[in-house]
Amino acid sequence: MSPLKIKKGATSHSAYDLRPTFSDKEERHTLAVLVENEPGVLSRVIGLFAGRGYNIDSLTVAEVDHLGHRSRITIVTTGTPQIIVQIKAQLGRFVDVHAVNDLTVEGPSVERELALFKVSGLGNDRIEAIRLADIFRASVVDSTLESFVFEITGTPEKIDAFADLMRPLGLQEIARTGVAALSRGAVA
Amino acid sequence: MSKSMTGARMVVQALIDQGVDTVFGYPGGAVLPIYDEIFQQNSIKHVLVRHEQGAVHAAEGYARSTGKPGVALVTSGPGATNAVTGLTDALMDSIPIIVLTGQVPTFMIGSDAFQECDTVGITRPCTKHNWLVKETDKLAAVMHEAFHIATSGRPGPVVIDIPKDVQFATGKYTEARQVETHYNPQVKGDMEMITELAIAMETAKRPLFYTGGGVINSGPAASQLLRELVAATGFPITSTLMGLGSYPASGDNWLGMLGMHGLYEANMAMHDCDLMINIGARFDDRITGRLDAFSPGSKKAHIDIDASSINKVIPVDIPILGDVAHVLEDLLNVWKSRGRKTNKESVQKWWHQINDWRKVDCLSFEQQGKVIKPQYALSRLEALTKKHDRYITTEVGQHQMWAAQYLGFEDPNRWMTSGGLGTMGYGFPASIGVQMGHPDALVINVAGEASWLMNMQELGTAMQYNLPVKQFILNNERLGMVRQWQELLHGERYSSSWSESLPDFVKLAEAFGAKGILCSDPADLDDAIMEMLNHDGPVLFDCLVEKHENCYPMIPSGKPHNEMLLRDSVDVGKAIKSDGAVMV
Ligand SMILES: Cc1ncc(C[n+]2csc(CCOP(=O)(O)OP(=O)(O)O)c2C)c(N)n1
Ligand SMILES: [Mg+2]
Repeated sequence: MSPLKIKKGATSHSAYDLRPTFSDKEERHTLAVLVENEPGVLSRVIGLFAGRGYNIDSLTVAEVDHLGHRSRITIVTTGTPQIIVQIKAQLGRFVDVHAVNDLTVEGPSVERELALFKVSGLGNDRIEAIRLADIFRASVVDSTLESFVFEITGTPEKIDAFADLMRPLGLQEIARTGVAALSRGAVA
Repeated sequence: MSKSMTGARMVVQALIDQGVDTVFGYPGGAVLPIYDEIFQQNSIKHVLVRHEQGAVHAAEGYARSTGKPGVALVTSGPGATNAVTGLTDALMDSIPIIVLTGQVPTFMIGSDAFQECDTVGITRPCTKHNWLVKETDKLAAVMHEAFHIATSGRPGPVVIDIPKDVQFATGKYTEARQVETHYNPQVKGDMEMITELAIAMETAKRPLFYTGGGVINSGPAASQLLRELVAATGFPITSTLMGLGSYPASGDNWLGMLGMHGLYEANMAMHDCDLMINIGARFDDRITGRLDAFSPGSKKAHIDIDASSINKVIPVDIPILGDVAHVLEDLLNVWKSRGRKTNKESVQKWWHQINDWRKVDCLSFEQQGKVIKPQYALSRLEALTKKHDRYITTEVGQHQMWAAQYLGFEDPNRWMTSGGLGTMGYGFPASIGVQMGHPDALVINVAGEASWLMNMQELGTAMQYNLPVKQFILNNERLGMVRQWQELLHGERYSSSWSESLPDFVKLAEAFGAKGILCSDPADLDDAIMEMLNHDGPVLFDCLVEKHENCYPMIPSGKPHNEMLLRDSVDVGKAIKSDGAVMV
């Protein structure tokens, strides 16, 4: 067998924190997975969650570095600490995964989600909808005489709260992007 | 300047550059250009199997017995789907193989073309990695990377799917040393953790090494270091089915295999130890039995190359991520430099306890009367072949467990069995792969009659290439392991666990031009085995054995290690409770 050249700075598909903190309480974690932008990689990641019975609460994916051929998958998942550690280790095994970061435990992070809401109604409901949209800093991106489409960004909780308020006011449809997240501070 | 050549040529060139001498395969429309290239060279032997499943198992057998990656070549569609069982088998047992599949031309992909299937889609969950190569220029680099990925870190199977137009087209050949990769698994263990383990070894009162297939996969150096460590510490050692041979069966500290059908002393030691040192094993359910009662009083260390194996089912106290050989080398050095200390007095007491368990003599059996006991057949096989340069493969069932119990392995890479997937039909093609890798060695497949029939077509392969593989069939005319579970779990209702309409194995052998031997009398057994060994060519040995023999010891599902069944008794039917019965 002929050896290959190992790239400088190659991630040594390594352990994360191997010291377990085992409890049966389910936790919600946001994972950022940097992958090679190749056909099949998303299928591999989703197949892992389906095949091993892990939860996906939200998943977003897009290319983040065109020249470097990298995509970033942000997954929000819930599980016991043992399962979360397993999920990270299983993701780390994939050949086309460059890095797995657990934004929930690796220091402070920001999470944002974008959502579009279609709300239709007349009279007071319509006025109340636009008043609440203003409070939530949602903007109107489409309107007819009997409807609005609002655009809102924020944490998933904020969007949930907005949805609860819109429901009695004629909420027709929601489109959510899923969570995008980054660690706070100066370095990646 | 890199050379230009066709994709098909590149495949063969890359195989040669990677040091491949043997390819197991079966042709078809989508791989004809590659077969044409194989025809025009002499560096690589191609072995024409009789079914693609056989090609993949043969590649596995070759890989496990040589320590080099195995290679299989199959066509698109049915060729690829027939390879799936072997790929899954290799994934479960961490066997490095490269499977090349033909694909319809790129411009026909997605059109439901003749013999098209989504090979990378189908094989994604059963490979370590796979590729669909759409450009000839990238083919050589992918081939080289495939060998790197299959063999580094935790080894495993990879698939390269190559459309026919990519095989015909001309492109630039990339040399292995020009290929960049970011895949670089960590092999050195964390020194702090290793020191923690060394300290635990110094004070342990009831220590135990529990080793697995990872020791074999790590290479001969790992087995060597393990032997040194066991000798230096004097600790007892047991192993999983996958790890047999890394420590010699004749070694003083050997307790025998552990697990569901493991030895009494090995399982009792697992249950009662105070320091468990897991080296390259993965706490498989065949090993742990009931999880909440698994070795309740022990501190556990776990050395593994795969982070996802650590803390997966059993939380451990000392996790060490790394390659077994690298970690053992550091561990030995640390332990020696700290003064080679062990808690001698307590370890001595521990050995007294173990020797008491050994007195149970859990593998004892009595060969009486005119019917051969399977245990007796294997004991005689062991006695008569021990001195040979011997490689054993097995099928799956009771015979497999008896082989693990009654045959002794002195060296690694001598024992090839389907552990994780439990694939009936594995052993015969695997024995062909082993024999290709070791033309002058004695290669025996210990088989059950039902398993053997699953890939019996490979007798044609053995004949064509003059491979003197010995097929030692323990014929109980039953799907014995299934029957045993029905006896224990389903009120002796033997639903479809009969082998009906069995062939006359001697005539079957003769129909292929091979030698068949039938033996049914214990008094004839030695002579019959000698006849098998002395025949220069494939032999089908039909050994008629006791039909309702059960395999013991057995940890019934849902039970802890210290509640083993040792033999048939009136209560056997009640041993498994309903919560255990749902487990496989
Ligand atoms: C491909 C496959 N199908 C089904 C099984 C389930 N199974 C496990 S052992 C066994 C019986 C094997 O019979 P035989 O080969 O005669 O071996 P014995 O147990 O009688 O020694 C079966 C059906 C399996 N392991 N593999
Ligand atoms: Mg049988």
